[in-house]
Amino acid sequence: MININEVIETNRMIEKENLDVRTITVGISLLDCAADTVDEVCAKIRDKIFRTAGRLSDTAADISREFGIPIVNRRVSVTPISLVGASACKTPEDYVKIAVALDEVAEKIGVNFLGGYSAIVSKGMTESDRLLINSIPEAMARTGRVCSSVNVGSTKTGINMDAVRLMGETVKKTAEATREKDSLGCAKLVVLCNAPDDNPFMAGAFHGVTETDAIINVGVSGPGVVKYALESVRGASFEVLCETIKKTAFKITRVGQLVAQEASRRLGIPFGIIDLSLAPTPAIGDSVADILHEIGVEKAGAPGTTAALAMLNDQVKKGGVMASSYVGGLSGAFIPVSEDQGMIEAAGCGALTIEKLEAMTCVCSVGLDMIAIPGDTPDSTISGIIADEAAIGMVNQKTTAVRIIPVIGKTVGDTVEFGGLLGHAPVMPVNRFGCEDFIRREGRIPAPIHSFKN
Amino acid sequence: MHLNRIKSIAEMNRSIITVVGKDTVGIIAKVCTYLAEKNINILDITQTIVQGYFNMMMIVDTGKVTENFNSLACDLEELGKGIGVQIKCQREEIFEKMHRI
Repeated sequence: MININEVIETNRMIEKENLDVRTITVGISLLDCAADTVDEVCAKIRDKIFRTAGRLSDTAADISREFGIPIVNRRVSVTPISLVGASACKTPEDYVKIAVALDEVAEKIGVNFLGGYSAIVSKGMTESDRLLINSIPEAMARTGRVCSSVNVGSTKTGINMDAVRLMGETVKKTAEATREKDSLGCAKLVVLCNAPDDNPFMAGAFHGVTETDAIINVGVSGPGVVKYALESVRGASFEVLCETIKKTAFKITRVGQLVAQEASRRLGIPFGIIDLSLAPTPAIGDSVADILHEIGVEKAGAPGTTAALAMLNDQVKKGGVMASSYVGGLSGAFIPVSEDQGMIEAAGCGALTIEKLEAMTCVCSVGLDMIAIPGDTPDSTISGIIADEAAIGMVNQKTTAVRIIPVIGKTVGDTVEFGGLLGHAPVMPVNRFGCEDFIRREGRIPAPIHSFKN
Repeated sequence: MHLNRIKSIAEMNRSIITVVGKDTVGIIAKVCTYLAEKNINILDITQTIVQGYFNMMMIVDTGKVTENFNSLACDLEELGKGIGVQIKCQREEIFEKMHRI
């Protein structure tokens, strides 16, 4: 039987160390919403999402209450819209109509973000993919909850450099389209390589075509819990350190597994995966950078950071996989800058640079995330940053992503306030040397030699 | 995972009530009176002092309660506010899952 110390420990994690379930995300296939006209597609989408996830918010609230664990976000991911709208959409404006419909239904069912305004163009782009990508700036400006992602490469296909070039321009246009709000649109737009089909976290969530009709994916969190656990083993050996992280990750993941199974049962939707990521928030004590500090680097970005992060990421996975039968998504440690108080401070004092962040993305779960850069950064430089990240993902067979915000009208030394979970960030300097001739080349970078495993 | 293979949590009915706060006269009495009114059987009570605070844990059987879990948890929370302590009622599974393999 459970003893009082275990109960106290669990409740301390929840109340003092910010343990929570970061998101319950319902993945919904919209493939059956394809139709001949845009209005018809929109109507079918509204109906299907409402029918499938209409009870999501209430169910999450009930579960949260009964188990005493906060469930911070309820979200929906859908089939990449470039597939759903392919037959009906003839112009970018047609796609924007779908984005608006998605935004409306997201608000109606009480989810704070809906992901899947996406195109998968790892090898080539269809006309429909191109129209969707061209519609992204306007779609991000006209909606508040819709998140967009574009997968531009994979280990199996190589990198679609035409898409990389287009995305550099699109990120910049999105920044322009939302300049009144500190280019907030770019916080909802991510460029991926090796994107997983079952990621519950935004902005890169979409419901892959390999998935069933509807699925529950849960993202757990808990940087604060890991940090607190590590405080008790200061100065101990790596063995003790790793053991402590693993045990903590196990406990966190078990809570996610419980919530996922409960949500699945109550909503009548099959359970998909647990994403066992350490996802920070701007709240004090909920920071991955603070864990790195606790491990022993003075500030995130100092020498040793990449090794510490590699170890942290690996131990989180090792502890988590035993706690759930189905682990998926991105699983690891997120290193968003604006969403992590410790990262914000490290960037502010010059300890953390984009180049160091790039190195860290080789060993963390995703990529360059929520980084504010000067608004006058050339499109080709943004494409270059995207290409570098995609190359890291392609060669290392991991998911990488770029979510950077060229803040129009701001430059190094300024601060940007995105608000809420998206946090705030100092504008970070970008290498001033260009790569225009590289980005102007057409075609794609071939798949690496180690992709030929057939 | 197939739906019907997931163990139905609704069939289990043990909950954990925790009371945290400054020790005062009658905390247990008030909580127990409320539980008796609602036909809730107490299976186990433990208490301890952590950093000067009174911590009590009750394992209770909520199987015979007719009203929903949320209103029970709300009532207990209100009751706690009345006597200056924090009372939480949570389903047992969250602790079981976290601490038992």
